[in-house]
Amino acid sequence: MDVETSAKGREALASVPNTPGAPKPDPIVVGDGITRTFGGLTAVDVEHIEIQRGVITALIGPNGAGKTTLFNLLTGFDKPDAGDWSFNGNRLAGLPAFKVARLGMVRTFQLTKVLSKLTVIENMRLGATGQRGEHFWLSMLPPLWRAQEQANTERADDLLRRFKLDAKREDFAGSLSGGQRKLLEMARALMVDPELIMLDEPMAGVNPALKQSLLGHVKSLREEGRTVLFVEHDMDMVRDISDWVIVMAQGKIVAEGRPEQIMADPAVIDAYLGAHHDADLSELDEARIEAEATAELDQEAKND
Amino acid sequence: MDWGSIFSNAMASALGPDAIVYALAAIGLNVHFGYTGLLNFGQAGFMAVAAYGLAASVATWGLPFWVGIAIGFGAALLLALLLGVPTLRLRADYLAIATIASAEILRLVFGSVTLSDWFGGSNGRQQFANTFYDMNPYSSRLDFGLFSFSANDAWVFTVGWFLVALSCLAVWSLMRSPWGRVLKSIREDEDAVRSLGKNVFSYKMQALILGGMFGALAGFMLAIKQQSVIPTDYATDITFFAYTALLLGGAGRVLGPVIGAIIFWFLMTFLGGFFSSAASIDLIPDVVMSDIQASLVRFILVGAGLMALMIFRPQGIFGDRREIAIDGR
Repeated sequence: MDVETSAKGREALASVPNTPGAPKPDPIVVGDGITRTFGGLTAVDVEHIEIQRGVITALIGPNGAGKTTLFNLLTGFDKPDAGDWSFNGNRLAGLPAFKVARLGMVRTFQLTKVLSKLTVIENMRLGATGQRGEHFWLSMLPPLWRAQEQANTERADDLLRRFKLDAKREDFAGSLSGGQRKLLEMARALMVDPELIMLDEPMAGVNPALKQSLLGHVKSLREEGRTVLFVEHDMDMVRDISDWVIVMAQGKIVAEGRPEQIMADPAVIDAYLGAHHDADLSELDEARIEAEATAELDQEAKND
Repeated sequence: MDWGSIFSNAMASALGPDAIVYALAAIGLNVHFGYTGLLNFGQAGFMAVAAYGLAASVATWGLPFWVGIAIGFGAALLLALLLGVPTLRLRADYLAIATIASAEILRLVFGSVTLSDWFGGSNGRQQFANTFYDMNPYSSRLDFGLFSFSANDAWVFTVGWFLVALSCLAVWSLMRSPWGRVLKSIREDEDAVRSLGKNVFSYKMQALILGGMFGALAGFMLAIKQQSVIPTDYATDITFFAYTALLLGGAGRVLGPVIGAIIFWFLMTFLGGFFSSAASIDLIPDVVMSDIQASLVRFILVGAGLMALMIFRPQGIFGDRREIAIDGR
């Protein structure tokens, strides 16, 4: 599948209309009527969402648009008030987070969650699924899990080399820099061998040099035939690597489309920058202040 | 002042039944707190249900000793399940509150007048470990030169350290396995573990049960060594002394709780002996404090020592300084 899947996925997107909640030819995730309220605030209110298989989809929107909340809901880290969604045809509503991950839908976190007091390689080994040594009784009998552990370690070492963390193999993960932690988290998620990898702000706090290599890594995920969904504020990254962009504002999906279309969409620009983003604010202010002052003077004149 | 007897008492206490009980309790806390990050403040409760399970089975209901042991383990398992199901999904501090409360509830229940037909009220239950002492191969005092144990204490000493060694071996083999890796990862960040497809709740429950089983062993040893259970023996201070031993030795290290318990009991007995004899020969005049007061100074000093440890060597004796340094980042 691999390269083929992603090429096919991208081709298929060409015929998808640019309407919020547009149906995709081969969706890996389909969601309906997902709402989540915190007290009186509706954080997420998504009528319909579909994520195309084998491509990189970006989820953008201003702060507080509900992107991370939607991430939490889809992956079982938070429970919605209502809604139904599925991954590869499996219903996920009500499923705990660990079962969602086992199905092949793995996420990372906006604030990286490395296991500080474990070494980098131990962080990686943890990611492997179906480990016999993780059963209580079997764990006391090393011969039963040593071969599997060896295979997992080799896979982990390959990933560490790919993400250029092999020099840090034996260091505590807590001693890594912010960017290296992002890399480790992404590499660790790959140990699960997910079909869909969801990255929550992979570029936040990463220096420009590392950013380029991170971009390359995200693209390589697509080349492997994985589906990527990421939340990001960095518009350069969105334009550079995403095949499809979903825009959220105030909990709703307000627009969808290919990145170059989205960047030109007035609804998006409004949501992101405000309706008056291209007007000179000082002019606006002057006009308003003048109007207010005139009104005040008139009022005074009347009172006298 | 008789330095010889102060020192030999301290050694006997550091290697004797007292240290064994605290070492086992602290090994359990090490699984809970040191490896999994579960703040169990109710280890006394696990010890109490096991000890009373044994004592009441034998002394009240006339069951065989080994059935009593099985009932004691069963009671500790049940307690872990009852505590874990509602609290393990919550944040760590809720577990701390729930465990300390349930340990106190258990102590009060075991001491209650209503249930005194079963548990003997504040007098507790006695003479339930005869089967254990019948197996004693020692017929006379066991002499180590500097100090000696009575035949019964020698038997407790032998079985006790064997159990401690076995427990350490079990903890060592579990914690170097992938199972132990999951526990340590939960201690660091349970959401990360969840995102990688591990059932965090199940692992926390397994850890709570395992640590509770070591607590049960500690409860058995405490009950057996004095052939008696009374409710006041299972008050919360036993939990906190076990924590002191754990932090002294180093949390998250296999031998930490054992070395910690030995040092803790050496210091407690040594300082207690030193201050009471210093007061009795008027090295500390009566105006300053009486000899009863003087023997309590050890608690102040151990507390101060623990504070100094936290400031100057927070990782304990066996800990790794690098690990602590990470927390500061």
